[in-house]
Amino acid sequence: MRDHEELKELLESIRFVYGYDFTEYAEASIKRRVHHFMNINNISSIKDLGRVLLKDETAFERFVQEVTVNVTEMFRDPPFYKSLRENVIPRLATYPFIKIWVAGSSTGEEVYSLAILLKESGLLERSVIYATDINQRSLQMAKEGVYHLKNMKRYTSNYIKAGGQQSFSDYYMAKYESALLDRSLRQNIVFSVHNLAVDKSFNEFQMILCRNVLIYFNQQLQSNVIDLFHESLCPLGFLALGNKESLLFANSRGQFGDVDRREKIFIKTG
Amino acid sequence: MRYEAVVIGVSAGGLAALSGILQELPANYPLPVIVIQHRSKDQRTLLEEVMQARCRMRVKQADEKEKIEGGVVYFAPADYHLLIEKDRSFSLSCEEPVNFSRPSVDLLFETASEVYENKLIGVILTGSNSDGAAGIQAIKARGGLTIAQDPGNALFPAMPQAAINTGSVYSVLTVEEIKNFLLEIAKKLS
Repeated sequence: MRDHEELKELLESIRFVYGYDFTEYAEASIKRRVHHFMNINNISSIKDLGRVLLKDETAFERFVQEVTVNVTEMFRDPPFYKSLRENVIPRLATYPFIKIWVAGSSTGEEVYSLAILLKESGLLERSVIYATDINQRSLQMAKEGVYHLKNMKRYTSNYIKAGGQQSFSDYYMAKYESALLDRSLRQNIVFSVHNLAVDKSFNEFQMILCRNVLIYFNQQLQSNVIDLFHESLCPLGFLALGNKESLLFANSRGQFGDVDRREKIFIKTG
Repeated sequence: MRYEAVVIGVSAGGLAALSGILQELPANYPLPVIVIQHRSKDQRTLLEEVMQARCRMRVKQADEKEKIEGGVVYFAPADYHLLIEKDRSFSLSCEEPVNFSRPSVDLLFETASEVYENKLIGVILTGSNSDGAAGIQAIKARGGLTIAQDPGNALFPAMPQAAINTGSVYSVLTVEEIKNFLLEIAKKLS
């Protein structure tokens, strides 16, 4: 219990000093990740951790990298991308100009997957993808678009299951242990820092993808973020969440309809 | 009796062991039974369907932020960690695999032990890795009851053996004995 109070206090001070708000993150996971950060840095108490983080901004940056989850892959959940291709892309194609927000883009794998999907549908040139994340370092990696070559086998299999139409190897160049993604995919992607817990809407979009981000938030923050998405979507805009996420806790849940209930793709109806 | 939840970790060879334990628990079994069964990440709900056909208790996949209730068998979704929050609800996480496993038995057991403390029963069944060993230690450290399937009775003995090797397992039982024990607990609760 004391642990709980100390952690809460630490997160409050971080919010006060740096403007990063982790106070409404789901506690079991953030607590574990904070303890993990303490272990690898030989910090023995939350109080000591507070002293380090509040004084040393570089330590705080490392802290943000550790406590935010940056695990992702290309075409993660292939049936989801298949559904996007079949149920959403044809409707996006009716817009002269397509704006998409990938919120919580992490190291970029899902952003590039989406870019590939748009390219194969002939829509990439009239689309802009805004990829945002709280974590600067992840954004930097996303911008570079360089991934481990050893992952490409899995991504190729995901791509095929997702209904890919080309040879996946056309989209990257292998060099030593790395795969450099085709630069042309990046042309219409804008990478920037955005913090879902505190920042506001910054544009109007035809589609918002936010997959496996809400699970780290408590119900209140989930609801606020979905309201933010609602406000940022055009009428009949699409919202895509992670496989196990839902609109259940959102005030605005009644203003969305189902496009694909299983793949968690919604449409703004109100 | 004081117990409030049962957590089970199981990997290779799990279906038979789980069926043996769960199929005779009555529909109104007073405790929640929360299970990590390692499985392929493409397999979304087959396990729940198969187990529901065999069990009298309600069987479902744990949902994000769902309140935990007695009389229900919850399975962790494929490719997500399952954690328990202080208010006795679930949360999910995609963070890195722990012991090459996602979901990880250790993660569930550790977070469950923090919430249920000495009112928790932790069970490790058949499997060919060592996931759950650290989790069993966490449960023991908080006064919970720890059980491992008898490795001689397990299709894959490595996982229960790893738990036993920590020295934190209170009893080593066969599937049949684990089932009887869980039934016994329920009688004492009512």
